Amino acid sequence: MAATATTIDVSHLSKSFGAVEAVSDLSFVVEPGSVTGFLGPNGAGKTTTLRMLLGLVNPSSGSATFGGVGYRDLPRPLATVGTALEASSFHPGRTARKHLGIYATAAAIDPARVVTVLEQVGIAPYADRRVGGFSLGMRQRLGLAFALLGDPRVLVLDEPINGLDPEGIRWIRGFLRELANEGRTVLVSSHLLSEVQQSVDRAIIISRGRLVFDGTLGDLEFTARVAVDAPDRAALRAALVAAGARVDVTEAGLVVKELDATAVGAIAHRAGVALSLLAEQQEGLESAFLELTSEAPPPRAGAHSGGAHAAPPPASAAPPSDPTAPPSDPTRAGGVS
Amino acid sequence: MSIVNATRAEFGKVFTVRLWWILLIVMFAYVALLSGVLAGVFGSLNLPRGATGPAIIDLSQVHLVVYSTASAIGYVFPVLLGALSATSEFRHQTLTPTFLANPRRAQVLVAKTVSMAAVGALFGLVSLVASVGTGAVVLTAVGRDARFDDPDTWVLAVRVLLAMALWAVIGVALGTLVPNQVAVLVIVLGFTQFVEPILRSVSPIWEWTATVGQFLPGAASDALVGWSVFTSLGSATGGGVSLEWWQGGLVLFGVAVVAGVIGYAAVWKRDVT
Repeated sequence: MAATATTIDVSHLSKSFGAVEAVSDLSFVVEPGSVTGFLGPNGAGKTTTLRMLLGLVNPSSGSATFGGVGYRDLPRPLATVGTALEASSFHPGRTARKHLGIYATAAAIDPARVVTVLEQVGIAPYADRRVGGFSLGMRQRLGLAFALLGDPRVLVLDEPINGLDPEGIRWIRGFLRELANEGRTVLVSSHLLSEVQQSVDRAIIISRGRLVFDGTLGDLEFTARVAVDAPDRAALRAALVAAGARVDVTEAGLVVKELDATAVGAIAHRAGVALSLLAEQQEGLESAFLELTSEAPPPRAGAHSGGAHAAPPPASAAPPSDPTAPPSDPTRAGGVS
Repeated sequence: MSIVNATRAEFGKVFTVRLWWILLIVMFAYVALLSGVLAGVFGSLNLPRGATGPAIIDLSQVHLVVYSTASAIGYVFPVLLGALSATSEFRHQTLTPTFLANPRRAQVLVAKTVSMAAVGALFGLVSLVASVGTGAVVLTAVGRDARFDDPDTWVLAVRVLLAMALWAVIGVALGTLVPNQVAVLVIVLGFTQFVEPILRSVSPIWEWTATVGQFLPGAASDALVGWSVFTSLGSATGGGVSLEWWQGGLVLFGVAVVAGVIGYAAVWKRDVT
């Protein structure tokens, strides 16, 4: 086991496949001792990012390291970083025990670990069956066993919950928590926020290869929407737009994003517009996630500080009023800009 | 992560799935059958003693021709095993765990080459058991000597081991260069079973084609081993050109190195997605 816990440092990472830019200028840091979700819809660039981190895919530019050391330069990679990528990287004619044994041999890991990790993930009774006959859930567990083989301090798991039955999902949630509580760095990707929201402390959300959110789930949940209306709707809208707010016009009135009710009320007050409606609406996690990932993020000044969309400073340059994402927390931003 | 661990892991990959012994059994049966038939046919040729017409084969070397089927016929099996050892990594996406366990990709390829060379030599040994075993029994049965006293018999045996090891290495190189399993199977079987035999039968027609023809890998392999059905018939029909045994070995080695280096640079180092 590596003596010290290790961060995952992704810095200005980009990857193009031909004309398609899969990952664009992605930067974030994953800290030890917590479970970090790496979220985004299918095709957002999650797997490509993880494969660049693991030295399987060469970045077009930028870097992805473990505390500054690239995967290929780690002296003992499997004992430093445990990885579970797709649930299909097995020879179907090989038994689970032999599968793990081969990679333990290649990485100079004690062969006794094979039995240990098979027991740890609960498939020891099937150790001598050929993997070709395994269910998706058993393959996921075998993939996890491979990740744990070197007792690593960092775990990188790509969609580990995919294909598990409810019992398996409950098991893996507890398991991830346990690993993080042991001080390990755990990065878990998923295309479904609901899959991981109970187990992750922090979320990194990407869409179309770009970072759209980096912060706690609390930050995400409190993404504010304010419904506001006035008898003189046009004047209100003009005042808000003049103040730099994002305003959507709906049938029921106006919806202002990323400002809280206090800020909206102050803008209306300064413009001398009397309000007929002023109400903060809390978005659910899932709808906030969908909104973040359903469209390319609009280029806006200030969006790169304090946790992307979560709590950008109001356009009036007043301090952000969201107490969960103070601007004094530079780790949240992760160097997005 | 040393080359020793990497090589041990590659041996593990071969012997933990069934392919190796299936190919080994098929090879044994195939070589045993053909060496038996050859021993029966050529071993009986001396019966009409004093017959006229050109001798199609030097009868004093019948035993060597029969024994050489170990590689002259059996060589396709180590090529297949070597090629599949590389393509199955792509097909089953096991390159991912392989490169996660050892990110030094050149080292992995060298380890695969070394392990498959040893497995190829093992195939050579089993193939010799088939050709010499069956051949000697049939030769004795038709009234010839099995000639275990002939030093050339043992020279041939050692060179068969070398040739089969080289063929397995060529297989690895081919599988690296053409990672598509179906494509590599078509190429290996098509070339070794159809294209090359045809080329080798027509190449002695002109002198220049004969010169080129001796560099065909199958011809080089037969040159390395020293005797084969093809070269015996060829020399009898006046072709007369054949590489030295070590030149044949170098040709095989060259094919493996060229295919392997191109495969490494063009395919093995690519992104694993």
